[in-house]
Amino acid sequence: MARYRIQLVCLVLAGAALLFAMDHARAQTLRIESWRSDDREIWTNIILPAFARHHPDINITFTPTAPTEFNASLNARLAGGTAGDLITCRPFDAALALHTQGHLAVLDDLPGMEHFPAVAKSAWQTDDGKTTFCLPMASVIHGFIYSKEAFEELGLSVPETEEAFFKLLDTIKSKGGYTPMAMGTSDQWEAATMGFQNIGPNHWKGEAGRQALIAGTAKLSDPPYVATLAHLARWGAYLGRGYKAQSYADSQTLFSLGRAVIYPAGSWDITTFRSQAPFELGAFRPPLPAGATECYISDHTDIGIGINTASKHQDAARKFLTWMTTPEFATLFANALPGFFPLSTHKIALEDPLAQEFISWRQTCKSTIRNAYQILSRGTPNLDAEIWNVSAQVINGTMTPSDAAARLQAGLEKWYGPQQK
Amino acid sequence: MVRAAAEMMRARPRLRAATLLFFVGPAFLIYGLFSVYPLASTMVLSTYGTNAAGQPLFVGLGNFVTLLTDDSWSGPFWNALQNNVVFFAIHMAVQNPVGIALAGMLSLPRVTGRHAYRTVIFLPTMLSVVIVGFIWQLILSPLWGVSEGILETIGLGHWFDPWLGQETTALITLSLISVWQFVGIPMILIYAALLNIPDDLTDAAQVDGIGHFRIFWHIKLPLIMPTVALVSILTYVGNFNAFDIVYAVKGAIAGPNFSTDILGTFFYRTFFGFQLQQGNPTMGAAVATVMFGVILIGVMIYLFTVQRRLQRHAF
Repeated sequence: MARYRIQLVCLVLAGAALLFAMDHARAQTLRIESWRSDDREIWTNIILPAFARHHPDINITFTPTAPTEFNASLNARLAGGTAGDLITCRPFDAALALHTQGHLAVLDDLPGMEHFPAVAKSAWQTDDGKTTFCLPMASVIHGFIYSKEAFEELGLSVPETEEAFFKLLDTIKSKGGYTPMAMGTSDQWEAATMGFQNIGPNHWKGEAGRQALIAGTAKLSDPPYVATLAHLARWGAYLGRGYKAQSYADSQTLFSLGRAVIYPAGSWDITTFRSQAPFELGAFRPPLPAGATECYISDHTDIGIGINTASKHQDAARKFLTWMTTPEFATLFANALPGFFPLSTHKIALEDPLAQEFISWRQTCKSTIRNAYQILSRGTPNLDAEIWNVSAQVINGTMTPSDAAARLQAGLEKWYGPQQK
Repeated sequence: MVRAAAEMMRARPRLRAATLLFFVGPAFLIYGLFSVYPLASTMVLSTYGTNAAGQPLFVGLGNFVTLLTDDSWSGPFWNALQNNVVFFAIHMAVQNPVGIALAGMLSLPRVTGRHAYRTVIFLPTMLSVVIVGFIWQLILSPLWGVSEGILETIGLGHWFDPWLGQETTALITLSLISVWQFVGIPMILIYAALLNIPDDLTDAAQVDGIGHFRIFWHIKLPLIMPTVALVSILTYVGNFNAFDIVYAVKGAIAGPNFSTDILGTFFYRTFFGFQLQQGNPTMGAAVATVMFGVILIGVMIYLFTVQRRLQRHAF
């Protein structure tokens, strides 16, 4: 009896395997290369099934690699011809290098590309902006997250201007009990990313300022940059005691324990605080400097997707990317990952109120990206690393804002032609 | 009989070559393949650069000239070397004397709990650097650390500072963490050497009425000098190759303002790149070659000036 049962099981298994194989032979199977191993569930259970409903003949799997190994292992697989059909793109130079080596297909004529603004595409274009090789997928927005409870308790309201912002910080500090702002300078990147690149665009007027640096018509030692750094220099007084040795995780914990009122944020922090902070959260955009009327936000292009030129399923891959330009994908993606915002111009409904707040700034403010990312970080010294260093030093009080700006400019001038004129 | 012996004599050179090959060959092969070849190929790589199209290009000593003369390379390089010297100096000034003292105390004739002490002091050495870095970051954290509270209970609360976050103190703090972790190594080596000293020598001194400290200072210490020298050179090589503790605590950017940057982290950033800075394997190979040179010079100085003067005492 037992033997028959085993035989039966074997038969069923073989049959299932055969059906599976036939099914696969009929459908085209495509593989996505990605570094977002955290998002595997979301892709496999939400996004890809939604696409499968439109195109049952195309089968797509999401096969991520650990973020730290992604670039190296992808390069190896591309060289060996075993890379997936669809490739998640890092912004700027990393993806550009893949395109230059001929691994990423040109996507200029992809239907649906017109739904993406120029600034979104700039992360995956050749330097002249003529060729686009990845579809923009998501961006992260900077701003400040705050505890609504603490704001009510202390009778505070959201600041519009820098003056109001510092007054607010003074009030929190003088009332005691709370750390005004949760940020440390130990890891340095927060000082640059959540500090410099967060409040800076209002000073250098977003894209205009960024493009001027690339064109060589503005200098990093100009007043907007000195003013940005001078603003940062005042932060030191409002950060937690011992902020110089406070790491990113420390800052997150300090805020989610309710010991700090304001958290200079990247929108990706939303997910963390949703699961850790037990109080109501609000967000306000970077405050305006005196006299400014227009606001700018850092809406940084963080992730895109392209097609491997060696893929045997070019048509299917293009169909998938075209679907990724639709509002349907944007809505699915944005709600599954609050804090990573789709870059298309579609109006989409976000469920998370905090994410809604962040994305609403796109309507009132102009978007820009971090100014060191495109072209300007190709030389030695590396501009992005320099910004980390001087931002942290300025907050620590070991460097004056004007010295810091002068150092950034000197470093850039050293190797970047347009700045040497 | 005679003929057989003569035959053997004739066969002997071939036999000797075969024996040699049998015993030395495997080691030679393994060292050659995994030590000498990578080292040599690193040096070869350091003489290359890349042209605009990304193709390798022979530049001779160009990378070294850039490394030592171009401000944006030589500044960080000299900074890293200087920090590394400080890192080494702190180990020599703290780790080794403390290790010797601990070994000296452990080898006293009557110590209760000798084995327990030995184990406890050696324990951190066996911990992963990542764990050590994490523990100390927590202990020293100005937000959740215990060090401030401890200082306050003994009335020194105002001494507390975010030591790992200040340019003036970060490197010293990191060095001391590393000392704490590795003090077990000199202790155990020197302890073993001290155990080797025959009791008659110390007994004779004791009969003459000399105290334990003078016995250690005048009799034992001179006898264990070869081990002390060995420990020093191990410290030197280990410190100039160090990377992990800085990386675990401060990351590859070795902040604040590169005050904890040592040759290992400088090499890492150069070779593998960091954030938006793309890795530069050829320049990284040049840095690695210089690191090798620094260590080689140190070891040679040791071999030619110290090692030769040392007298080994056989008992």
